Amino acid sequence: MNLRRRPALAASTLLAAALLALTACSSSGGSSAKKGGPVTLTWWHNATTDPGKSAWQRIADAYHSAHPKVSFKVQPIQNEQFTTKVPVALQGDNPPDVYQQWGGGALATQVESGKLMDLTSATQGWIGQLGPGAKGWQAGGKQYGVPYDYHIVGFWYRKDLFQQAGITGAPATIDDLKADVAKLKAAHIAPVAIGSKDRWPDAFWWEYFVLRECPQATVTKSLAAKSLDDACFTKAGEDLKDFLATKPFQNGFLGTPAQQGAGSSAGLVANGKAAMELQGDWEMAVMPALATDKNFADKLGWFPFPSVPGGGGDQQAGLGGGDGFSCTTKATDACPDFLKYVASASVQRQLVQAKAATLPANPAANDAISDPTLKVVLAYLQKVGYNQLYFDQALPTSNGQALNEAVANFFAGQGSPKAVADSVKQGGS
Amino acid sequence: MVETTPLVLRKAVPTGPAVGTAPPPVTRPRRRPATRRRLELLLLLAPALTLFVGFVLAPIAVAVYYSVYRWNGFGPLDDVVGFANYRQALSDPVFQHAIEHNLVIALLSLVVQLPISIGVALLLNRRMHGRAVLRLVVFAPYVVSEAVTAVLWLLILQPGGFVDEVLRDVGLGHFVHLWLADSDLVLYTMFAVVTWKYIGFGIILLLAGLQGIPAELREAALLDGATGWQATRFVTIPLLGPTIRIWIFLSMIGSLQLFDIVWIMTSGGPANASTTMATYLVDRGFRRYEFGYGSAVAVILFAICFVFALLYQRFALRRDTDGALTRGLA
Repeated sequence: MNLRRRPALAASTLLAAALLALTACSSSGGSSAKKGGPVTLTWWHNATTDPGKSAWQRIADAYHSAHPKVSFKVQPIQNEQFTTKVPVALQGDNPPDVYQQWGGGALATQVESGKLMDLTSATQGWIGQLGPGAKGWQAGGKQYGVPYDYHIVGFWYRKDLFQQAGITGAPATIDDLKADVAKLKAAHIAPVAIGSKDRWPDAFWWEYFVLRECPQATVTKSLAAKSLDDACFTKAGEDLKDFLATKPFQNGFLGTPAQQGAGSSAGLVANGKAAMELQGDWEMAVMPALATDKNFADKLGWFPFPSVPGGGGDQQAGLGGGDGFSCTTKATDACPDFLKYVASASVQRQLVQAKAATLPANPAANDAISDPTLKVVLAYLQKVGYNQLYFDQALPTSNGQALNEAVANFFAGQGSPKAVADSVKQGGS
Repeated sequence: MVETTPLVLRKAVPTGPAVGTAPPPVTRPRRRPATRRRLELLLLLAPALTLFVGFVLAPIAVAVYYSVYRWNGFGPLDDVVGFANYRQALSDPVFQHAIEHNLVIALLSLVVQLPISIGVALLLNRRMHGRAVLRLVVFAPYVVSEAVTAVLWLLILQPGGFVDEVLRDVGLGHFVHLWLADSDLVLYTMFAVVTWKYIGFGIILLLAGLQGIPAELREAALLDGATGWQATRFVTIPLLGPTIRIWIFLSMIGSLQLFDIVWIMTSGGPANASTTMATYLVDRGFRRYEFGYGSAVAVILFAICFVFALLYQRFALRRDTDGALTRGLA
């Protein structure tokens, strides 16, 4: 479950400087255990709290009892810490055997370390079960990770507030959405919540406009080239500018966090203080902790990002990603076998039932989803032509983060549609 | 202290038993062969030196080394770019603004926090009811961790949050602002939170300084006809000088390195309006995986702090430490 929470906060300047310095201090040369002998897999995942934490522990225990020679050292690590711990670990000679992996350009960056296990041959017999989404965990045509769930970004909305504002159906086009914003404002309801402090929620908006304006081939090609020069990218920025001009967001949205506290964008929707939010399917898992109304889930509905009339892109394309795991070269063959186990229908069902995953990677486990709204989300995910990986994840990390920053500045009224598209070239230092 | 003993010994040996009173008679000058002294030095200094070299000097050296590379932290270190990272950092308007923000915080600390600290310290130095409790209250925020402080204030300063509600309740509704979302205001909000967090430390430091000032001096001034204000202005505050200079030093370094609170509350936003050098460094280093560039920024930050520290030592702290640390170094 990628909650995409904000990045690590504990590091001080000195620590940061020291870490920067120590990153490559250790020498390489890991020792891989003998084949067939007992092995212990060190496993880093991001479920530091329940239900995920105990769900993963149960899965490790079950695999161990079926394969007594394979033991686990499970180390749940805060989601935000992965960005700092993974590069340090991959430079050192003692990386984990299995660790959380979100795929895309970040995966490709990590592959450069030479410490990721090529899973192509080990997975080719069964990876097809996970659908085309599993390609997100490839780099250079090779499989370097396996997803266990998929994500899609869309609008979570309050049915009660929509009704109060006299809105009858979900908006089909961006003009409908603008009209709904006006209606909600007239009813003195904050139309859209957004956590702009965290930057990436802003990027979702820009990226969806890009998907509506740019054909899939253009998006794929431009992201691979790290150059968003096609006019459609600038057009997307102009669409966004028009939409921002309706002032659709809650008061003070530039300082609002996405998932922290009742005043966060997720909290505002969960508590009925805002009518909708463009967020991932994980919001269902984020909101319970922030909601004062424990029946909030009944009041929530979901609709996909509306179409942009005249746009040259796929009007149904989704934006999303997923969570998965990679094996390092330190691990034995037990690691890909374990990932196969995690991707199997029965374990996938367990994950969904335990709420450790929302939308399973293996569609054979889809029947385990019980929440009616999530069924809507799943239906859309299955229907979409393609589900584009979030740009910040699809691009190499530095370019992706430069883009997020430029979009966030654009939300704050700085820069131009052209400057946002150009920002991708900044990264790479 | 360490230095005085051998000095006395060395003087005493050639002159023999002292005539007069000046040097104390040394009856049995202990011989300390040079090798043994060196061994002692090595033994006593080794643990501290190892830690210092391993965890302070080596990382700095490695950071300098990385700073001339273009490196994302994963592949081999093979793309030497020379000083390009430094040039890029110094010409990046975001980093220039970050330096400016640090300087604004430093200046505000000096003109706002220092007078308040001195005032409160003078007050709390008086005999009064509940003094211990007041001191505790003043110092409490300093004990709270940076992360907790930042999350606390993040929630308090949300639109419609505690601060806004209180302002509305007392009829100051027009004073409600977007504390964290207004690019023109956010840096000053940060300063207010930093002040809340650290002022207790300054006050305690100054209180300790005040207690080191003999009461007789003030009494004597008062007997000589000085008013209370004059005694404070011309006796107490000058004698508090060394403490004030140390506080300024710590405050300036703290302002230059400001990170945790800003990172958690705004991540440097909105639109980089509250970015500091340290948040910029972490953003570029760990968020963007530009480790070479991040190292260059770290080195610049280090250089700024180091130069400031040296100059401050040389020109401001010297008079306080003269005779203790600087003897023979003129």
